[in-house]
Amino acid sequence: MNRRRFLPILPILTLLAMLGPVVAGLWGTLLPAFGHLPAAGLTGPSLDPFRDLFDWAGLPRAMFLSISTGLLATSISLAIVMLITAGWSGTKPFRALERLLSPLLSVPHAAAAFGLAFLIAPSGWVSRLLSPVVTGWDRPPDLLIVQDTWGLTMTAGLIVKEVPFLLLITLAALGQADAQRSVAISQALGYGRVTGWLKTVFPRVYAQIRPPIYVVLAYSMSVVDVAVILGPNTPPSLSVQIVKWMSDPDLAMRLEGAAGALLQLGLVIGALVFWRFGEFAIGRLGARWIASGARGKLDGVVAVGALAAGTICALSVLLGLVVLTIWSFAGFWGFPDAFPDAFTWRNWMRFGPGTLEALGETALIAITVALVALILTIGCLEAEYRFGLSFSQRAVWLLYLPLLIPQTAFLPGLQTLMLSLGADVGRIPVMLAHLVFVLPYVFLSLADPFRAWDSRMGTIAAALRASPNGVLWRVRLPMLLRPILTALAVGLAVSVGQYLATLLIGGGRVATLTTEAVALASGGDRRAIGVYGLMQTGAALVPFALALLIPAVVWRNRKGLRHG
Amino acid sequence: MDKGLALRDVTITKGGVPLLSVNHDIAPGEVLTVMGPSGVGKSTLLAFITGTLAPDFTATGEVWLDGDNITHAAPHQRRVGILFQDDLLFPHLSVGANLAFGLQPGGSATERKAKIEEALNEVGLGGFADRDPATLSGGQKARVALMRMLLSEPCGLLLDEPFSRLDAALRAQVRDMVFDRARARQLPVLMVTHDADDAQAAGEVIVTLGG
Repeated sequence: MNRRRFLPILPILTLLAMLGPVVAGLWGTLLPAFGHLPAAGLTGPSLDPFRDLFDWAGLPRAMFLSISTGLLATSISLAIVMLITAGWSGTKPFRALERLLSPLLSVPHAAAAFGLAFLIAPSGWVSRLLSPVVTGWDRPPDLLIVQDTWGLTMTAGLIVKEVPFLLLITLAALGQADAQRSVAISQALGYGRVTGWLKTVFPRVYAQIRPPIYVVLAYSMSVVDVAVILGPNTPPSLSVQIVKWMSDPDLAMRLEGAAGALLQLGLVIGALVFWRFGEFAIGRLGARWIASGARGKLDGVVAVGALAAGTICALSVLLGLVVLTIWSFAGFWGFPDAFPDAFTWRNWMRFGPGTLEALGETALIAITVALVALILTIGCLEAEYRFGLSFSQRAVWLLYLPLLIPQTAFLPGLQTLMLSLGADVGRIPVMLAHLVFVLPYVFLSLADPFRAWDSRMGTIAAALRASPNGVLWRVRLPMLLRPILTALAVGLAVSVGQYLATLLIGGGRVATLTTEAVALASGGDRRAIGVYGLMQTGAALVPFALALLIPAVVWRNRKGLRHG
Repeated sequence: MDKGLALRDVTITKGGVPLLSVNHDIAPGEVLTVMGPSGVGKSTLLAFITGTLAPDFTATGEVWLDGDNITHAAPHQRRVGILFQDDLLFPHLSVGANLAFGLQPGGSATERKAKIEEALNEVGLGGFADRDPATLSGGQKARVALMRMLLSEPCGLLLDEPFSRLDAALRAQVRDMVFDRARARQLPVLMVTHDADDAQAAGEVIVTLGG
């Protein structure tokens, strides 16, 4: 293949792979939302789908749930991350949290949600550990904690996963914010650590982490798997209801689903606009706060509170995994015993073969998608380097676009479109749909280390008569082995965690660990959930471990690459 | 003039503002020193000659090497060697593999190995082939970088403040080593520096920019 002709089209191909399905999906949502679905013998335009949608009695509550979980989860996790960073960055507890970051991030949302449910449900581990001594319960109390009407547990489930994500993003932004010196100066002027950080570093950091914050908001408003596991049922959140409509055997229900999807898109856009106005308001208040010269009397309390909240988030995920493990090996486990009567391999013998089959499907999809995403990303970055292209800030937003459009707004439309085109659902369309979500994360993960590579290495290698491809393969890629494997692991984890794309585009026929695990939610078989949840976590976690291990082994005699 | 490195009316501008102009022939074995404080764009001249000028600069003029116009040649086909202030040894390769990267292709594995060992011996580093470059001292790294560049058999040599990271004692030693070898191989040398000692040691034509 002629590289010279091939390389320049890679950025275009990448954009197409990332945005094509989104645009097609939105188109496929728009038509049926206005009553046009020839496959079901319906031709529009008509407003009936919206009329049906607004006639649904659960709509106000479903809309409210979408908005409240989105805004609450985003603002609370943002506050926790900002205050922990303000109060603790550079200290020992902070480094401990940093070390936990990668494992916490790679736990899939569904597994973390199951773990949280097994912890805090009335018959969960926390209640068992406290009963009957502290609580006096010898039966699980009749409380609606998991799947509560207000969606608070679902919000908590989102927060425990968004805190590590935002912390990672913040750490990356801190490097460019000159944080240490700013805090040192403000402390010398008598400001508390937290107040000094918020007044000097926060504005710069926030400007940098704004796109991922918007992603968290859009995601939290429209999440499906966490909502199925932890969210209310009657009515469910809007996104869950859309998926129900789309899965209805009656094709006409798809019209209502499409109308709901457009409404979901509108809600997300509205919330993003609201958030943007909130930024202005906070900015005004912050300017006044800075002008007041307040030094921060409550800094100590705030810092301790934030650290406690962050620790609770980390513990929820980690103890959740512990309790999943216990259930997966549990024999009889009566309430309120703290541990099962016996540990047994029986659950693994029973569900093991099923999980292995799902693992095979999961791995096949994830490895293919992550490799394609990696090749496209390296191609884009190398094209940028060779042809001296530079991406503007606006182009960066293009990367975030597929993550900002709610999944429930375009995936149902993509499925409908494929049905009306007669395209078969199945593995390959699922892979293409996964690519939409995997590509941005792989690109964002690799771009900084790839661009930070000392280009004088390239000049030297070229002066030693290495061709451009020689420089890439013999110098640049080996030197970047660690970030490349990390990006690959990120891609694998994102693909492993995909629920809605697999469910809808796979037409229910592509069974991955995630779809199988979430399907178990309604049955409530905790042993099965334990086995599937652990396998799902392992599928996401093992690549990260390998991404650390492989470079350490390959470059064990190369000191210059140990921290690169 | 056939042999040597010739800069014909080279002018480099950024955003319409001229940074530097050079019009000079460097004969084989001769050193041209370009002096000037940091920030006047000395290094962009070298980037223009190696073919790696950043897109926000524009350059006019021609570069000729041994009678060939290399102004528009691909960077890896220019036969111009370069040394930076950092050694820039490839961290993923052993010392020997770094030299093998530079050594022109051809010859059996044994012959190539022998050539590399010979090059290491020449700079007092015999037996270092299997070492991790990160474990070498600054002076040792500079010597490996020099030999790696010479093994690629360049027809001209560019030096980008090459001695400024070395301490005073080492500096004169490495400097002499570089100039001696360049003279022995009859290479035209272009050095940019802001250090008057380096310029004096080169002892020949000096062009001063900016300031």
